[in-house]
Amino acid sequence: MIHRRLDSGLTQLTELLVLTSRYVEEAVSHSILAWRERDSSFVDKVHKIEEQVNQSHKQIDAECLKLFPTAPLAVDLRFLLSAVKINTDLERMTDQAVNIADTAGYYLRFPTLPHQNELCEMADDVQFMVREAIESFIKGDSLLATNVLRCDDKVDNLKDKIFRDIITHITHNPKDAEQGLNVILIARNLERIGDHATNIAEDVIFTVSGEDIRHSGKQKIALGDPNEKRK
Amino acid sequence: MVDHNSELVLETKGLKAYFGDNLAVRGVDFKVHSNSVTAIIGPSGCGKSTFIRCLNRLHEEVPGARAEGSVRLKDQDIYAKDMDPVMVRRQIGMVFQKANPFPGMTIFENVVAGLKLAGIRKKSFLEETAERSLTHAALWDEVKNKLHQPATSLSGGQQQRLCIARTLAIDPPVLLMDEPTSALDPISTSKIEELILQIKKHVTIVIVTHNMQQAARVSDYTAFFLLGELVEFDETSKMFTVPKDKRTEQYVTGKFG
Repeated sequence: MIHRRLDSGLTQLTELLVLTSRYVEEAVSHSILAWRERDSSFVDKVHKIEEQVNQSHKQIDAECLKLFPTAPLAVDLRFLLSAVKINTDLERMTDQAVNIADTAGYYLRFPTLPHQNELCEMADDVQFMVREAIESFIKGDSLLATNVLRCDDKVDNLKDKIFRDIITHITHNPKDAEQGLNVILIARNLERIGDHATNIAEDVIFTVSGEDIRHSGKQKIALGDPNEKRK
Repeated sequence: MVDHNSELVLETKGLKAYFGDNLAVRGVDFKVHSNSVTAIIGPSGCGKSTFIRCLNRLHEEVPGARAEGSVRLKDQDIYAKDMDPVMVRRQIGMVFQKANPFPGMTIFENVVAGLKLAGIRKKSFLEETAERSLTHAALWDEVKNKLHQPATSLSGGQQQRLCIARTLAIDPPVLLMDEPTSALDPISTSKIEELILQIKKHVTIVIVTHNMQQAARVSDYTAFFLLGELVEFDETSKMFTVPKDKRTEQYVTGKFG
């Protein structure tokens, strides 16, 4: 009886997480469109999605609280532990998306700076990471999760390059300081979203295989060439 | 905390148990470390009770039953021809699913029954041992003022702890427990689990349980049996979070059994 209650509870929890993941994917996508398309209508959309994610965040925690007393074991226990953490990551990703959307809304009043190419590339990579992290979770697929891990270093490097380039640009063009700061904020939030996607990927690998690869550098050894990420 | 360097107390090699022609335990290699608690889990009929009854030669008391292979208690082969099964059972005590205090005996008489059978008569020694054993079994405070009342006047949980005290009185290095709490309420179960964690400082324990949460709470190692075979043996923390064998994973997540 307990196992039946646990099974149906886990199914319901999975459905909630999948739904929330889709919201988050949309929030990230809209926040990027807000600055890329210079369209303020996306800012409101991101805020609306955030409200839904905040509701789901509490609902998912409540579901997890109900399931822990049923004393799940093995893969069920690993899934439940990961669900709690993934739920937090999803909520934080939405917060970052809101930050990007708000910054983009403010950014509209200024002309576009150079360095758009790197920021676009970074946004593409982060969206890819979010999509793959969510798909890896839905499918319970460690291989998809490793695609996310592969991409993380590249995103970090792009962020560092954007920071360096913007600082150099501002040094020579002090009047662009405010726009420059906005670009840095967007890059910083994109990088944080990538980090949360990486956390989700690590949790998926833990759920599927029981292997805890956090903080080990192990993934870097096993993952190979980052350029192969989309094959 | 599991101590991987602790001494091996019990070891079986190729242990098989038969009921007539029926092979109930199919060649099990198994090791028990000193001062550890090892849980044996598995679905009904998987051979786990039969297996532990081979560890102190109780299995052979069933008509038509026999065991093959080797069981060693430290450096002793307990199936050696010159080994007395009664002596084996003094060193490898056992507690059963249903408490079985000796009827017609007082609480005190129950605790010291094994010592008296061994010919010990000195009153002060018997009294000291009774107090120590009842204390280890977490029962002393509840019975110290009624030691000479019938053992059957105790509750089910107290009777089970009395049986544990009776076994501990003869100071066995190994204690086998066959579903010792399956007939008890949650409070009595909790007391038995607490005492298991206490007495493992003095005695090595092998416990058969259907309750996986209990195995997770009290044991250092867990063995999963299925169809008379030992499928997987590992530290309990690993068995219940990252079991290696798919069958273990399916069993502990309730997919069968």
